[in-house]
Amino acid sequence: METRRDVFQAIADPTRRAILLLIAAHSMTPNAIAEEFHTSRQAVSRHIQILTECELVKPEQKGREIYYHININKMKEIDKWIEQFKKILETQFNQLDKVLSTIKKQKK
Amino acid sequence: MINNLLFDFTVDKATKTVFITREFDADLSLVWDAFTRAEILDQWVAPKPWTSKTKFMDFKVGGRRFYAMVSPEGQERWAIQKYTSISPKTNFKYQNAFADKDENPELPGSDWDLTFSEQNGTTTVSITIYNESLARMEKLIEMGFTEGFKMSMNNLENLLATLSERA
Repeated sequence: METRRDVFQAIADPTRRAILLLIAAHSMTPNAIAEEFHTSRQAVSRHIQILTECELVKPEQKGREIYYHININKMKEIDKWIEQFKKILETQFNQLDKVLSTIKKQKK
Repeated sequence: MINNLLFDFTVDKATKTVFITREFDADLSLVWDAFTRAEILDQWVAPKPWTSKTKFMDFKVGGRRFYAMVSPEGQERWAIQKYTSISPKTNFKYQNAFADKDENPELPGSDWDLTFSEQNGTTTVSITIYNESLARMEKLIEMGFTEGFKMSMNNLENLLATLSERA
């Protein structure tokens, strides 16, 4: 099976969440993003790389600069997976309701 | 069947933790059995038309349940649960992982913690899932469990497309 980055892993990190919040308002260059943090530029650049690999952010060339902006579709996708996971559990529990009611009747 | 039994589902994305609370209209010992005995588990854990088949289940600390979800075409998706803690009729914990047919788990899996309590004949089960990954969720969904849901999403998309053409 192919290995790939886990999106949950990506957003589990507080700095990466802060980057997402930061660029949600408007797209920013890596330097502008790094200025907002106390950590090294390399560290911030690594975080941006992880977010890019997960497609949570997208780079966009504007003149000589690269601007990063948030990928709303990917963020929505996360919510979609969670919603489907919820549906699976809901289905299981509704089936359990029926099994419980059958067993209760048999006992009577 | 109309039910007004509580179903609460929240996800903390930052800590990769899922919290679920569900009420059941049955007494505690029956609900406990439904979660801890293979012959009852196999009746409800696989969303239809899938079925569940338990090869073995040793419900004790350190014991394992090795089971498959079987598709209508007969395709088997194996999983292993390893019990890490059991307090009878109160709580049990296990590690859950997909596996191959030879019992080799695909790590990492997720950690499940289930707590049971009863009030006036209604049993509440509180489940916390730690380290659930999106990749694992995707796999569950790929298994076709949500075929009906996907179809209704497609229908909705078609409907929206039709409506926007008219606008």
